[in-house]
Order: sequence, then C-alpha cells, then structure tokens
Amino acid sequence: MGLLNLLFGLKSFTHGIHPPYHKDTADKPIRRLAFPSQLVLPLDQHIGKPAIPLVKKGQEVVRGEPIAKADGNFSVPLHAPATGRVRDLELMPTPKGPKSTAIVLDVYEGSTQEVLWNQPREMSELSREEILQAIQDSGMVGLGGAAFPSHMKLTIPPDKQVDTLIVNGCECEPYLTCDHRIMLEYPKALIRGIRYAMQASATTQAIIGIEDNKMDAAEVLRNNVSKGSAIRVEVVETKYPQGSEKMLIKSLLNREVPTGGLPADVGVVVNNVGTLAFLGQLLPLGQGLIERVITVAGPGIVKPGNYLVPLGTPVRHILEQAGYEGSRTEFILGGPMMGPAVSAMDTPITKGTSGLLVLNEPSIEDESQRIWPCIRCARCVKACPMHLNPSMLGLLAAKRKYDEMAQDYHLNDCFECGCCSYVCPSNIPLVQYFRISKAINREQAA
Amino acid sequence: MSKKPTIELRTSPHAHAGDDVIRIMRNVVYALVPISLFTIWQFGLSALALLIVVTVTCLLSERLFNRLSETPSSLGDWSATITGLLLALTLPPGFPLWMGAVAGFIAIALGKALFGGLGMNAMNPALIGRAFVQAAFPVAITTWTPAFFEGRFSQFVPTTLTPPFLQPPALADWVETVKVDAFSGATPLALQKFEGVQIDILDMLLGTTAGSAGETSALLILICGLYLAARKMLDWRIPLMVMLGAAATAGIFFLIDPARYPDPLFVLCSGGLMLGAWFMASDMVGSPVTPLGVIIYGLMIGIITVIIRLFGGLTEGVMYAILLGNAATPLIDQITQPRVFGEQRTGK
Repeated sequence: MGLLNLLFGLKSFTHGIHPPYHKDTADKPIRRLAFPSQLVLPLDQHIGKPAIPLVKKGQEVVRGEPIAKADGNFSVPLHAPATGRVRDLELMPTPKGPKSTAIVLDVYEGSTQEVLWNQPREMSELSREEILQAIQDSGMVGLGGAAFPSHMKLTIPPDKQVDTLIVNGCECEPYLTCDHRIMLEYPKALIRGIRYAMQASATTQAIIGIEDNKMDAAEVLRNNVSKGSAIRVEVVETKYPQGSEKMLIKSLLNREVPTGGLPADVGVVVNNVGTLAFLGQLLPLGQGLIERVITVAGPGIVKPGNYLVPLGTPVRHILEQAGYEGSRTEFILGGPMMGPAVSAMDTPITKGTSGLLVLNEPSIEDESQRIWPCIRCARCVKACPMHLNPSMLGLLAAKRKYDEMAQDYHLNDCFECGCCSYVCPSNIPLVQYFRISKAINREQAA
Repeated sequence: MSKKPTIELRTSPHAHAGDDVIRIMRNVVYALVPISLFTIWQFGLSALALLIVVTVTCLLSERLFNRLSETPSSLGDWSATITGLLLALTLPPGFPLWMGAVAGFIAIALGKALFGGLGMNAMNPALIGRAFVQAAFPVAITTWTPAFFEGRFSQFVPTTLTPPFLQPPALADWVETVKVDAFSGATPLALQKFEGVQIDILDMLLGTTAGSAGETSALLILICGLYLAARKMLDWRIPLMVMLGAAATAGIFFLIDPARYPDPLFVLCSGGLMLGAWFMASDMVGSPVTPLGVIIYGLMIGIITVIIRLFGGLTEGVMYAILLGNAATPLIDQITQPRVFGEQRTGK
C-alpha cells in the first residue's frame, strides 16, 4: 500500500488493516425513530466525574431541560431528552459493562417533544472562555465513541502551542455510517461547529480528514467552505484505524504524537465531525445534547439505517423499531472492531454510542474459532498501527509477565484497536489479553 | 420478536480476517504438490515411495506424540504433512525407505514434539530430520540417481528397497543398465566443487540434473513459492534476502577469481538453495517477526550457505545455514524490536 499511496498521493499511516467495510447504510438518510416509552440516562455517559442529578423521583421534566449538573470541570451536565416524569434513580446496565446510577424517565406520550428549553445567543460576541463554558453547558462529549468532554479537549494547556484543529470524518469502523450522513446532511452546522471549536481552541487552521470511500461527503464539504478559508478538506486512505487520533494526525500532518503524549504535544486538537456538527447546531440555540445519530446495521437487522434517537433509548426499543432476526446474535454498541457487546436489552444508547449492530458470528464453540498456538507469522506485527510486537506481547501475557510487557514492549502504547486479533490466523485473543494486562497493571499501580 | 435469541457475549473485535492456521498450512501443501509431482515424473517409483513413506511416518509420529502428551489430534493442521513432504524432497530420490522413515520420525520427535508441537519448535523439523540422517547415513545421503532414467515407472532404484538396518548397495552397476549417458553420480554442486565442471544453468532451472528429490528444478520451486507469496502465506522478503545474500557473497568471490568460483546464477539455481529459501527459511515458526529481523535472517542464511559451499567440506550448506538462522532467530528478534509509533530513541 505504501507504493500505491506514493503514486496516487493518498495520505495515510503505515500498517493497519482493510476489513470489509459493509457501509451499506451510507445511502440511508437520517430518520427519527418513534420515541420509546422509557429512557435510561446514566449519569456517567462521559469520561470523568459522573454528573450530579438535579431531579427527584416523580418530578416532571421538559425536553431539553438540565436534569443533572457537571461535577466540577472534568464532567458535563445531562439534559432531558424527552418531556416526561422521572420514574426513579436506579442502577441500570450501561454499555461500559457494570451497572451504574441512571435517571429513568417515563416519556409522556402525545406531548409535542419540541425542545422548549433554550437560551439563544450571539456566538460571535463570546470570548474564548465563554465558548468553552457554553460547550460544557451543552453537555457535549466526543460523539465518535470516546465520550471525552469536548470543552476539556478544546482547552489547550497553557504550556502547549496548538495550531491545527483536525476534524475527524474518517469513520473507519466497518458498518458505521452516521458520521458520513452527518457530513452529507448537516454540512452548514458542521462548518459552524468547526468555527466555534477553532475559536475555543485558538487554532488558525482546520483540516477535515475524510477517508476516500466517502468522496461525496468530501465534495459536499468542499462546496461549503470558501476558497482561501482556514478550513480545508483532505482525503485520506480508507484504512482501519484511520480514525484514531494518532493515526489521523500522522496521515494529515506527518506528526507523531509522542509515547504517552496528547495531540496537543504536536500542536493539534482533534474533534469528531458528529461532535462539531451538533455543537454547530446547539450552541447558538443554547441547547443541550439530547439526541444523537446512530447507525443500526448488521446482517441481523431488517431495516438498517441511520437513526436520530433520544439519548437513553434502550436497545430493545431500537430493535423493535428496526426489526431483527437470527437465532444466535451478538448485539454490539459502536463498531465491530472496538464496540462492546451488550448483555441486557435495557442497555441505553448513550452519548458515546455510534451504532447498534446485530451480527450473526459463528458461535464461540465453533471449530473455526479454535485457538491455535502462535506460528509467528508476524501478521500482527505488520498490522499494528503503533508498530508494537503483539506476537511477543501475547506470549508474555500468557506467561502473566505484565510488568515486562509494559516496560520492554510498550504495552501502554496499545490503544486497543484490535487489528492484531483481527488478523491472527491462530485466533489468539491478543487485544483482549492486552486489555486485561493493562487493567492488571493499573490495579497494581493504584 | 417471535423467538427469543441467544445473546452471545464476547469482547471486540467482532470481526476476523478469516485466514486461519489450517488454511495457511493447506496452501503450503498445495504449493508443494507440483514440486512433488515433478519429482515423481523425474525419478519415478522410488521418489513416489519415498514421499509416501516419509510423509506417512511423520503423520504417524505426530499422532503418537499426540497420544503420549494426551493432546487432541493435530494431524488436521497439515503441519506434519508439510514436514513429511519437505523432508522427502530434501532426500536423494533413491534414499532407502527405512532410512526415510527414521528421518521422518526424528523430524517430528526431536524437531517438533519435543518442543511442544506446532509453533513451539525452535528449528525447522524437516531439517532436523535431514541433519540426523546426514550424520547417521553419510553414504546413502550422497548417493544420487540420474534424472529421467529409463524404466523409472516400472522399477525402483535398487537402494530404495534396502532392508531395514542394512546399508544400501552401490549403484554404479545399476546405472549402466538404465542407459544414462555420462552419469557421474554427482550433483551439479559436487561436479563444480570437486571437478570444476559447470552444468548448464538451463538444465538446473528445468530440473534435468541429479540431486535431492525436490531440489532439481529451480524454476518450478520459484513458481510455487511465488504462489504462496502472492497469497500472503509466506513472507517474500525472506527468500529474496536469502537469494540476495547468496548471490552477493558468491558474486564477490566470482569477481575475485572467476576460474575457481562459480558464478552467482549457478549458486542460486544449484542444490537446495531454492527449496530452502522458499519453503524452509520462510517457515514462519523459525523465522523472526520483526521487519528488520527478517532481512538480517535472510541475508545471514544466504551468506552462510555460500561460505559452507565454497569453503566447507560439504557440497551443500543450505540446511546448516537455515538451522543456524533458526537458532539465531530469538536473538535477532530481540535486537531488532521496531521503533514504536511516537517513541523517541536516544543514543542507541
């Protein structure tokens, strides 16, 4: 691929994989689903401190009203996605795994569901600090999946110099097309959001990075930025994990984020297109994030598509609306490469959920899933975008030498993209080993 | 929602490239089939019997060690089949069958099972087997048969059917009877080394010369190897580096004294270099995984092969060169760890 990229000038990083993309829902416009009768709103939908609830059992709330406030700076508030009554605060399943406290909301059927709660403002009059505050107040987090509070991301540490805002429109995970649709359908909001983010982070240029399997989106966005503007669109190679921050920075600017560092260390801040498009829409109205676009797809889905759903919509409701089939099924929130499988149908769509996939993979007990010894084929070494040696790390993990993995083989540089497990002909659960190893190391450090 | 689904829980990634060990191994077998067929066409019944006996011995040994170690059968992963075929292809076509069986057993027992089976072996099992019989039966393993002799499909080479534990008979009289002109009983390598006679390159490319069963047609081996490389089931850089290392080393000596040393093309096409480079040095288990390590490993094998050929007592050095390369692999891997993304290396 290196040679092809050289010849055709497509920007990219080295290593990575080319899984089948299954972007079958790319031509499905964003549609609303019917509201569910109940919403489940975990207080910890973002990375950082959980929000503090502002409502009590039985209280009536209006769509768009804040129902939980940020706990300090590294936290974001939560807004009511629908008009209704608070049933209770309960422990509910979340996409992250363990149950956590959630506000459970009974939705009033037949209420208008217009966003009644808002505070319109003139964005151009706001200072940098005021914009960051407005972003935090909107409850915005990275909608690409990380759910990192957006105002924190756009706050540049005083000792760092940042010149470029990278807008991540790669959507490199198979199946997912929600970002693609957002770029096609909300280009104006996205460009607005980019300008707000540039204001907030005081960057002088913005680059929208889009994989070359979404040329129509690149075209639409190019038509929406004027010539000589500080915003430009760049096409990059379609390759997983192109949408990882570090890889995209490397592809677009040829800068390498140092080990253990942040994009700000190389003068970059990265935001997802979905995040910025919603910011562009919400900030001038002074509204909070109450819904998001998800891709519902996979071989087990009857009506695949891109749906705008209120936060807190249970998986069960989406499956009822979109229809599903298959006797043995995997339900995945997000993309197939990194998304978690859910065990409970009450698990809600949260701010960081980009999709709901229903896959009919061969059973774990199937002979094709058998784990063979490592034959040292080096496919994982050639796939790892971080240039680690997963083969060696896997052997060490099996021997439980977690310290050695971190000290001598850069375990902590692994961002768990899953390329190693994807390519392994021996079906060795490499990235799974690494997740556990990292967790054990973290526990021992604590 | 008529039928309740069984929810399957597993951790990401929920997708897989689809290639598995069995498929890779099966394709290696596919690639070895044309070479084996060519060998049978060249040397007749004896070659066929040798291929069957060695491969079956390898499979039976593999099963025996499965039983002894109480592990499920690993015959289905095709790796023992590959070991058997490769081993048979490195032996002289008229090699006594009982000695072939010994080689097959040793290959699996000492080369593979001892280390814990597939993926655990430090060195190429087929070459361990061959190294053993080279030491144990020095005469038999250097007794060559002419290619395309008359009546090869109706009779065995007399040495083939040597009863167990007996030494094979001399072949000189028999060679007279099969009407091969001017067969000296030596391989191109031996002719070049000891008598200064150089066989035509074209003969070696096409495989009309004497030699081990599978190492005579350099061209066919190259094509079969390229098939595997194209399917990404073989790292093409290894054979390339082996050939490069061998050609470069040979080239230096050829330039110094063309009368005494063979030219690089001869070095590439003769002996087991092609088979070794494409099918043994490239064996994943015994070769490094790092990008730089692969290059060092390949070059090292190529260079050592030529050094042994030119200056050692043996005519052929590929086997020992690969075994040495296998032995050095853990070290090579260790010193060639790739630079991790974002890592700043200072003063190293």
